[in-house]
Parts: sequence; structure tokens; C-alpha cells
Amino acid sequence: MTVMIDTGNYIAAKAAVMAKPDVVAAYPITPQTTLVEGIANYVASGEYKGEYICVESEHSAMSACIGSSATGVRTFTATSSHGLLLMHEMLHWAALARLPIVMCNINRVIGPGWNIWADENDSISQRDTGWIQFYCSSNQEIFDTIIQSFKIAEHEKISLPIMVNYNAFILSHTSMPADIPRQKEIDDYLKRYRPQWNLDCDNPITFGNIIGTEHYEKIRRAMQDAQENALRIIPEVAKEWKKLFGRFHGDLIEKYHCDDAEYILFSMGAIGAESKVAIDNLRSRGIKIGLARVRTFRPFPAQEIQNLAKNADLVVIDRNISIGYEGALFTEIKAALYGKSDAKVSGFIAGLGGKDVTFTNIENICKRAIDGKTKGSTWYGFEGAN
Amino acid sequence: MKKYEVVTSISYPKKGAMGKTGSWRVFRPIFDKAKCVKCLRCWIFCPEGTIKRKKDDSIEIDYDYCKGCGICANVCKVKAITMEREAKKK
Repeated sequence: MTVMIDTGNYIAAKAAVMAKPDVVAAYPITPQTTLVEGIANYVASGEYKGEYICVESEHSAMSACIGSSATGVRTFTATSSHGLLLMHEMLHWAALARLPIVMCNINRVIGPGWNIWADENDSISQRDTGWIQFYCSSNQEIFDTIIQSFKIAEHEKISLPIMVNYNAFILSHTSMPADIPRQKEIDDYLKRYRPQWNLDCDNPITFGNIIGTEHYEKIRRAMQDAQENALRIIPEVAKEWKKLFGRFHGDLIEKYHCDDAEYILFSMGAIGAESKVAIDNLRSRGIKIGLARVRTFRPFPAQEIQNLAKNADLVVIDRNISIGYEGALFTEIKAALYGKSDAKVSGFIAGLGGKDVTFTNIENICKRAIDGKTKGSTWYGFEGAN
Repeated sequence: MKKYEVVTSISYPKKGAMGKTGSWRVFRPIFDKAKCVKCLRCWIFCPEGTIKRKKDDSIEIDYDYCKGCGICANVCKVKAITMEREAKKK
């Protein structure tokens, strides 16, 4: 094991190369990040020996990944904001075809106005594509989650693509140390991908053919079953990782001081990491508060949220907004609790457009919720207030 | 034929995998054997493989799967195939 001090993007590139994908297909220009540049460096140094396909758009990038994965080989790509949106049609395609592609998405603002800082609306708007969605909160977690994602995506009971999301700049361009296992350890952990079906000239099949109504429903149902299997398998993989590599970032949810908590703060991504400082500060002032950082937005950990809401009121911070309603995580948490809990839930929109959400801000959010000074969904720090 | 556990849209190429697609037809190719010179252009160009080549290089049309695109009539140099509307009023 070695320690690598580098940005989230270069650590993600290291993880992708160590997973030995046979194909990486990516579009190289903005909003693409330095992640794929990192992989290109490994092509130049000879450390990455797979096919690296430079395509002309993100729609083509995902199409190339679908073609590659359909032939039965391990496939990786990365994108961000508008690039992810341009892939939208093919994201559905990859999931419906049950192809275990792993992709990093660096959460960035959608324009106009033009801005490349952290905002989760890009991936939240891809919620219903059938992809499993992880949200990371440190560079170490990015590394570990990418390696684990190949195992989860390629699991025979799942066979779905996975999107590993992390906030732009706060993680993507910030250097932090990460433990990197030896290549042999990764090779032992991640066995060669054995596809359940693949395009093969010697055994020809038609892929993506026209089908009748009686069969289409079965495909959707099987995807739903696969996501439900993932609710069970993701924690198993996290537990195994802890045993092998000694690191644990939570399973579906990372819980911090939740056991005796009267209030639990919910957040995702980088705000989740910052929240730990806020929780420590609030606890030092005698407030029994805990943190639940949601790692998987899809599949949604409804059962775990119901358990957490048994003895606590909830505060939710969203770095996204479903325009016309409220923050996406806020909505989903309330839906998970419907008919099962009387817990009070307060929602806050914060940090849109990459605006800093500091631990002081988070403490203020929690205090406002605890004081009962909120109604439905609240915009925190709007126009520099608070 | 290999069976897969995963549920997605995969099918094996076989005759009639999508049912009798001839029912989609609006125009029907009519073959006039007397005019045919056995050049087999229709057999080469038919995109659906519904022109059957016989031992003596004469042809036969498989109406179960012919969708009536009219390419065979278009490529025939001696106008041995003509297109007629299905269910034409007599």
C-alpha cells in the first residue's frame, strides 16, 4: 500500500486504471474534468493497457461504452454537468440493456449562467435512468467506491451501470491523501468480468431488438428487482472492503453519532463531510444531533431512513432543487417516512452554484430547524443572508 | 440456444422472431414468371430475404414476411414484378 496525495480527479483516474477496464471511452473537452486527462497520462506511461477511445461528444462516449460493454468487457467513462445531460438518452439505454458500465460524474452546475462549481442538479436530473448512484465525500471514498462499483455493477444479481458522483472542485480539484492498495490486491479483489450475455460473432444474437408489450414490462421489473438486490449487496461489499482494506465509508448511509440522536442531519456528497465538524460543535454544546450522509441516492435507502426516524426529527440539506417543488433528497425522505413515522422533517436548499456551505452554515441550519423556525423547504443563505 | 439469466431485449435471429411481418404490407409484389429473365437482382436487393431463389434460378415471394417495400419491383429491369395495393377493390 502507498499513500497518494492528489486531487479527487487524479485519484479517480488511478482507481479506474487499477480496475483494468478493457475500454475507456470519453470526450476530452469542458465540462469534462482532469479525470480523463489523468487516464490519458496512464496510457502514455504504459500503465493503462486497455483501449482508450477519444470520441466527439458525450452522447458518443456513452454509445461507445454501451457497444464495448455489450461485447462483454469491463468499461469505464467519466463526465460532468452538461456532458452528463447530453448522455441522457444513452444512460437509459445502458441501464435497460443491463450493462455494468462504471462512470464518474463530477457534480457541476448546469448553465446558463455559466459556472463550473459544485451543484448536484446534473445527476439528480438523471435519477430515473436506472443507474445506481453513489455520492462521495472524500478522495479516499472516491477511490474505494470506484473499485467497489465494478464489483457491484458486475454482480450477477445486479448487472446495472453505476454513477460515482462527487462535488466539483471541493473534491475534484482538491488534493487529499488516499491509501492506494497494491495492484495485486485489487486484482485479487476484482476478478475478471464474466458477462451474463455478450455480443459474439460465433453465437450471434440481436441486442436491443423490438419487443412486444408483454415483454417490455418484464425488463423494467427486472431492473427494479436488481436495484432492490443492490440494497442488500452494497452493504455486503462495504463490509467485505472493510475486512480486506480496513476502510469503511458507510454502506447505503454513513451514520455519525446517530445512536442517541434526537435530531439527525441528512446530506449528500461534500456537505456530508463538512457536516461532521458541525455535528461535533453542536454536540459540544449539548445538542444530541447525528449525521446521516446518504451514499446511495438510487437505490434509495428507505428502510434505513425509517429506522433513523424512529427516535429523531430530521433536517435535510439539498445542493439541488427540483424546480417547482423542493430539494430532491427532502422529497424522497418524506416519501420514505409516509405512514411510518411522525418525525418532523425540515428541508434546506444550500450551496447551489458551488456556494460554500461551511460547518458554521450547517450549524445555523441545524439550529433553525431545532428551534422550529422553518416551514417546508427553506433557502439557506440566499443573497448572502445568514 | 443459450439461455441468459438477465432480463433485457436480446433475441436469437430466426425466421419470424417478430411474428408474421407480412401483415404490415400495403403494396403487394406480383411476380410475372413469363417476363422474368432470372437475373436475380430482386433476390440480391430484397432487404428482408423474402425472395426465394429456386434451383432453376426462378424466384418465389414469401408473403408471410414480405413487407411490401417495392425494392424488388424497382430493381427489376424487365418489369416482371409490379406492386398492387392490398385489398384492392375489384
